[in-house]
Amino acid sequence: MQGYNFAYLDETTKRMIRRAILKAVAIPGHQVPFASREMPLPYGWGTGGIQLTASLIGADDVLKVIDQGADDTTNAISIRSFFARTAGVRTTTHTDAATLIQTRHRIPEIPLRDDQIIVYQVPMPEPLYRLEPSRAVSRRMHAMADYGPMHVKLYEDITRFGRVAVSYDHPVVVNRRYLMSPSPIPAFDNPKLHRMPALQLFGAGREKRIYAVPPHTDVVSLDFEDRPFNPIRAPHRCALCGAEHSYLDEMVIDDRGGRMFACSDTDYCASYQAREA
Amino acid sequence: MSVLLEARHISHRFGRTLALDDVSLTLRRHEILAIVGESGSGKTTLLNMLSGRLTPQSGDILYYDGHAATSLRVRGERAVRTLQRARWGYVAQDPRAALRLDISAGGNIGARLMASGARNYDDIRAMAARWLEAVEIDVDRLDDWPRTFSGGMLQRLQIAATLVTDPELVFMDEPTGGLDVSVQARILDLIRSLVRRLGLAVVIVTHDIGVARLLADRLIVMRRGCIVEHGLTDQVLDDPQHPYTQLLVASVLPV
Repeated sequence: MQGYNFAYLDETTKRMIRRAILKAVAIPGHQVPFASREMPLPYGWGTGGIQLTASLIGADDVLKVIDQGADDTTNAISIRSFFARTAGVRTTTHTDAATLIQTRHRIPEIPLRDDQIIVYQVPMPEPLYRLEPSRAVSRRMHAMADYGPMHVKLYEDITRFGRVAVSYDHPVVVNRRYLMSPSPIPAFDNPKLHRMPALQLFGAGREKRIYAVPPHTDVVSLDFEDRPFNPIRAPHRCALCGAEHSYLDEMVIDDRGGRMFACSDTDYCASYQAREA
Repeated sequence: MSVLLEARHISHRFGRTLALDDVSLTLRRHEILAIVGESGSGKTTLLNMLSGRLTPQSGDILYYDGHAATSLRVRGERAVRTLQRARWGYVAQDPRAALRLDISAGGNIGARLMASGARNYDDIRAMAARWLEAVEIDVDRLDDWPRTFSGGMLQRLQIAATLVTDPELVFMDEPTGGLDVSVQARILDLIRSLVRRLGLAVVIVTHDIGVARLLADRLIVMRRGCIVEHGLTDQVLDDPQHPYTQLLVASVLPV
């Protein structure tokens, strides 16, 4: 593409972001500030993830972009074609064919490998955000590993609703040290974060933060000894492929209360259908 | 009795105001020490320094932990926070500022347990219920929000939330301020019985001579950032030596 650098961002910016990535990898779960740039799409559409992807991608990378598990939604398609145009890289919808995966709200069902990198788009990197209004105080709490208030919130949820009431963005402790927001992935996906062979990078464009989980790092979801972390999954099979263990989306299909449950991971669903056929 | 906390030559300025001027004191185990004085005499500043919430510009605070005495400055912020979360307690004048009003009474009591690492929901809940009873609040209120509590109940809830970790040292800043007289009497009664039963050491800041008389073993009278008189409570109040203490004792309204 004429008039643009490879993968849109200029090389100095990429270098700045790579430095932040290195620091983030060195301190698993710690939020590293970076000079987030204006991107040609609005905040909330994945500006943090795109900047990470742009500074990592090379000419021989194969890119996959997921939005809510799907490869064919507006956000996924536009980000994929953005990099196809600005970097000329190959793109794919197949999880196992990709070297770089940018995602929003899901982790692919197929386990990732150590030659893959997954980039998460993060709206709010601070897990203490709803508990502590002052950012300066929450940074101090991170520094002192003062995470009691987060457990108070879980206590309160169990007391009031009988279970932890968050079904997504369930807070985790990384490497037995930092409390981290896993981004708004369903709690169902939290166990996949634990000791994942692939490098996991998290980018928040509006909040100007990057954090990371290096390969094979311990990631533990917060819970109580006698109320263990217990993610929920709709108790159905996928209506399209029949998968029993994948994360399902619930869709209202008519005006008479009809519902359909289908895999949220479209690539997994398609390959499952192909295999069953 | 052995020394628990010691302040050595503490001085502190807020801008041009000298808030504390070379203050030294010791607190022994199981002892109740009252700091009295008028507004602006530096008693709350002194309490904040003793409790590690504020670092003095000069001088040292030493906490006797087992055998060794280590200054808070040397211990560092993280160690002091750990002390503050469990072995020390702080009861503020306004329970609304200290408690979380959007969290149930049980959650408020359990907060310090969870901050010091308790991770068993049922245990935390049972402990919270026990402490609610200990401060004479109906156990039915365990899951109620503090905003539905009266002022006196809130103060009792704060006391429960502070004592739940079984601290050895509690700092109190006017714990009965802003409450009506009959409620004050009940709170004082509760504090007195709990403190004696648990063998706590307490530093209590008050401008109410009556509170000091009722609770304290020893008394420190402060004025303009200096300790002007100190001694056993009865001794100081019955036979005040310093003119300012005489004035203070004389200005108590007779009933």
